[in-house]
Amino acid sequence: MEIADKKRLLQEMLFARRYEERCYEAYVERKIGGFLHLYPGQEACAHGVLEAARPGFDYVITGYRDHIHAIKCGASVKSVMAELFAKETGCSKGRGGSMHIFDVAKRFMGGYALVGGPFPLAAGIAKGVKMQGGQEICICFLGDAANNQGTFHESLNMAKVWGLPVLYVCENNLYGIGTRIDRSTAVVEQHKRVSGYNIPSNMVDGQDIEVVYEAAQTAVEHVRAGKGPYFLELMTYRYRGHSMSDSNAYREKEEEKKWSERDPIIILRDRLLASGDLTMDAYKAMDDEIIEQIEVDIIQYAEESPEPSVDELEHYVLADNDPYVWPKKKMARVKGREYGNG
Amino acid sequence: MAELMYWEAIQRAHDEEMARDPMVICMGEDIGVAGGTYKATSGLYKKYGAERVIDTPISEGGYTGLGIGASYVGVRPIIEIMSVNFAWLATDQIVNTAAKVRYMSGGQLTAPVVFRSPGGTAHQLGAQHSARMEKVFMGIAGLRVVTPSNPLQAYGLLKSAVRCNDPVFINEHELMYNMKGDVPDDECFFPLEGSEVTRSGNDVSIFAYNISVHWALAAAKILSEKYDIEVEVIDLYSLSPLDREGIKQSVSKTHRALIVEEAEPAVGVGAEVMAILNEECFYELDAPPVRVSAVNVPIPFNHQLEKASIPSAKDVVDAVLSMLNK
Ligand SMILES: Cc1ncc(C[n+]2csc(CCOP(=O)(O)OP(=O)(O)O)c2C)c(N)n1
Ligand SMILES: [Mg+2]
Repeated sequence: MEIADKKRLLQEMLFARRYEERCYEAYVERKIGGFLHLYPGQEACAHGVLEAARPGFDYVITGYRDHIHAIKCGASVKSVMAELFAKETGCSKGRGGSMHIFDVAKRFMGGYALVGGPFPLAAGIAKGVKMQGGQEICICFLGDAANNQGTFHESLNMAKVWGLPVLYVCENNLYGIGTRIDRSTAVVEQHKRVSGYNIPSNMVDGQDIEVVYEAAQTAVEHVRAGKGPYFLELMTYRYRGHSMSDSNAYREKEEEKKWSERDPIIILRDRLLASGDLTMDAYKAMDDEIIEQIEVDIIQYAEESPEPSVDELEHYVLADNDPYVWPKKKMARVKGREYGNG
Repeated sequence: MAELMYWEAIQRAHDEEMARDPMVICMGEDIGVAGGTYKATSGLYKKYGAERVIDTPISEGGYTGLGIGASYVGVRPIIEIMSVNFAWLATDQIVNTAAKVRYMSGGQLTAPVVFRSPGGTAHQLGAQHSARMEKVFMGIAGLRVVTPSNPLQAYGLLKSAVRCNDPVFINEHELMYNMKGDVPDDECFFPLEGSEVTRSGNDVSIFAYNISVHWALAAAKILSEKYDIEVEVIDLYSLSPLDREGIKQSVSKTHRALIVEEAEPAVGVGAEVMAILNEECFYELDAPPVRVSAVNVPIPFNHQLEKASIPSAKDVVDAVLSMLNK
């Protein structure tokens, strides 16, 4: 990886960290409501994988911890924040919220709140791409605990049988809310679970973005070459509770400390400092600039944006005036009605 | 005009739509090589190949979700779920994804998928193969529910559903696949909303859908011939949305309403029609509306019990007579 790319990725990950921390504050200030699942600790996963893919071209789908994946795909940082603030200018027009970020123009196909729901959706997107002979792949990011859903197994099976261009990325942060993986899951190493479907897989350190990037390159190449699905497990950790309503009381301090020493941002930063490609002053300046940008550009935009109008409550339920609800041409004869003339 | 069986009408709609648009696909268990449990996809595998006529594993949640995902990127899937009793395994994807994605994405994404599935009591299939589910799906915002009572509707509703940009659930019936009816030779489309006046009359409005239309029509014949009572039979082929205007119109003429449904009464089509009567035309009513519904039991295996658990034409006749104090 080029030095310039490493510096950019450091900036992106630091931005992601500050962005999510600012969401935390906004939640405490009651500017954001509902469920809020934050990403600190896992930044190298989304950034490392998508760096190896073509964000904005490849399709990406994930669960409810979705802000950063959307942003890395190219979603506007302002419209994502506005969505968290439930504003009309939000990427989902204030109808979705934190767990339902969508930016279809950037091929970010959504955040979904049902654990395991996106597995088959990703396979379906890949099926659509394959039918149309496209070069895109579909990347599905989900957690470790999601793999205990039936949809995981059903989707791996179908993706393999039909040779679909889908990359499943498992961000294994060792917990599903408050339940540690070994207490819920018979086989703790998630990559082993896909061997039953003859799908190639890999497991790597999810805290070192260069390692993630390299593993993702192999994975993406495999899928893009038309060789079928691939499963990539990234070992990671979330620094905050599962969501804002989580007390986070179930984890040992020792374990938290161990993972805080493996902060993906610090790992990359220290490497750049050690090689003389970055100074501490430059890093601090970068950080200050990010914090300022978030405050001035992003938060202010979200705060000042209008709420959706109650007059438009019923928009987006069904298609507007779909021509096949009342077919204009060739309508069959409907007995006793003047709908068409048959 | 050709006389087609219900399954042939469905097969023809598939074939025409697949020939027209290479993005139309169909998927389900045993629909391809085997030609489909009800033959509704017969011949298609040979004609369109394995990429478009997909024999799925027995993974209702999985392949339903896969079809929805494919519909995000331009594919038009017709998903056959072998029995509506198995559709419970797919409800998460149908309800939580297909029906909600347009709304929660602020209109960016839609899931134009057709789900087809037979429900209802056939011949001694037991509790887990005989139930209906329309009451579940018709209560879900963002999902259309239609239910054909004859081959023309089966053909025309599927044609419209494939092209419509909303997700559509089509409720068929195990006992109706061999029913015959006229379907025009020229392509046509049935509207996804509205209702049909299958028989006109002035004495009582009978609201029915899918197989219960036939019980209502059989009852109407007896009532007319034996008792000189002329009922109006309204076919509610669209269950979501229900045709409020059509319901009101008919009752404003007859001033009496009866609903006949194959499912248990609670929270069902009859309950919903009664609510509409209350809201739209309460003062038009000369008598309290009546429901003729299935008994509130899991459908039994024993033939006699099975028969007793669902309504019949005779039940409809009796209910009309008692409504008219005859
Ligand atoms: C079908 C379903 N069941 C339960 C929940 C509640 N729930 C939300 S997140 C979660 C844990 C998921 O953990 P994991 O997949 O490891 O993802 P992580 O949150 O760790 O990123 C649970 C149980 C849900 N949203 N959906
Ligand atoms: Mg987890």
